[in-house]
Amino acid sequence: MVRVLGRTTITIVQDLGKTGWFLAYSFYMMFRHPGSLLHILKQMRFIGTKSLFVIVLTAGFTGMVLGLQGYYTLAKFGSEGMLGTAVALSLIRELGPVLAALMVTGRAGSAITAEIGIMRITEQIDALETMALDPFKYLVTPKFVAAMISLPLLCAIFDVIGIYGGWLVGVKLLGVNPGAYFYEMEKAVVWRDVFSGFAKSFSFGIIIAWIGCYKGYYAGHGAEGVSKATTESVVLTSVIILVWDYFLTSVLL
Amino acid sequence: MITLRNIYKSFGSQKVLDGLDLDIPRGKITAIIGPSGEGKSVLLKHLIGLLQPDSGTVQVEGESILNVGRGELNRIREKFGMLFQNVALFDSMTVFENVAFPLQEKTPLDKDEIRSRVLSALEDVGLKNIEQKYPDELSGGMKKRVGLARAVVLEPKIILFDEPTTGLDPIIKRAIHQLIIDTHLKFGFTAVIVSHEIPDIFDVAQNVAMLFRGKILQHGTPDEIRNSDDPAIRQFISGSLDGPIQMI
Repeated sequence: MVRVLGRTTITIVQDLGKTGWFLAYSFYMMFRHPGSLLHILKQMRFIGTKSLFVIVLTAGFTGMVLGLQGYYTLAKFGSEGMLGTAVALSLIRELGPVLAALMVTGRAGSAITAEIGIMRITEQIDALETMALDPFKYLVTPKFVAAMISLPLLCAIFDVIGIYGGWLVGVKLLGVNPGAYFYEMEKAVVWRDVFSGFAKSFSFGIIIAWIGCYKGYYAGHGAEGVSKATTESVVLTSVIILVWDYFLTSVLL
Repeated sequence: MITLRNIYKSFGSQKVLDGLDLDIPRGKITAIIGPSGEGKSVLLKHLIGLLQPDSGTVQVEGESILNVGRGELNRIREKFGMLFQNVALFDSMTVFENVAFPLQEKTPLDKDEIRSRVLSALEDVGLKNIEQKYPDELSGGMKKRVGLARAVVLEPKIILFDEPTTGLDPIIKRAIHQLIIDTHLKFGFTAVIVSHEIPDIFDVAQNVAMLFRGKILQHGTPDEIRNSDDPAIRQFISGSLDGPIQMI
């Protein structure tokens, strides 16, 4: 029993160390060899552009639900005019960064793990090493840079689409005054709110690239190993995003 | 010359290399033979630093590749080319891009020079008009040839071959062996081939080392190995079921 507990603890500490080293080395490589512009643009297309559809779709419906729920709550206090503020603040401070990150995790984070995992089990990563090339330069750092740039941009798009989703339901369907919707929003939302949303998105980009690449890089044997790594990557990234969101919110609030 | 001394390597409780010593002479083709699962590929990966021994020393042309920084290790690795058992071509790149990749990353050559070197390397291995194909569109033998072209394109001093003919039909197998001999004659590299192609490998290699139970049982010319009195070597060459090599 004690032996099992000890072994488990040692494994966890070793894994944490390895994960931390992976992040530190990724940053080191990012400054030393940020990767070619072409590699970064390719990754931005994959992580950012190709996530646009799912971001627009989820943002639209999130904004519409916020409009609906917000209207019925505010109507109880006779404050329907504050709907724009409620929708915008919820999206910009919280839902935009978190939901965009979770969507990208499901779409691109899993694919990053699968791609690197398959390269690991088919010895393509070993092939890079035997050519005296650092695999991080080709496989990891371009993804880090691309995710750090793409996530805040996707978050901005999520926020704008979400705000118009809330406007569609609140103003067009439920009859909230359109002037009040945007005027109250403009009064309430300050630069600090936008900054905190972008800061969150930026850090979520790092988390997605970090866990996605790490799980792929150390994927186990065969198809089962890659499948397990992909599942673990999505679950772990989502959990870390939510936990990190709480801590970041408490600091940025 | 590559020198391995007193190499021990275990994976968990499984001992793979058990005090192994081996000298690989410069400019010759050395084959490492032995039963499946005896650690031949593990041994090969020690030569290029893809695996580190638990203890022992590995020296490449007098330089240790253990406990050195990444930059130093990469400098030594530039002497190597490697053909993997499963070829390990980059599956998202075309044949041309695969062979051109080391040239683009490691040399200052311009596009035209790279193109001519790639086409020449592909021609050397008997491949034409497949530059725009992807690895999954090629047969096993063609993949091996592309892998060989990628391994020789930088004209390395040492090339490691991990079971280069496994899974190929006898004609392709003979063709690949002949290609190794031809490219060796052309470039004069040191070759290390992990193989259990008996007796074909005796016609390819100039030195043969038999790996068994984590040690080199005997190292010599193909004739010396062929005429060995060691019961394990005799059993391995004859393919007999009776002897010290047990099938589990």
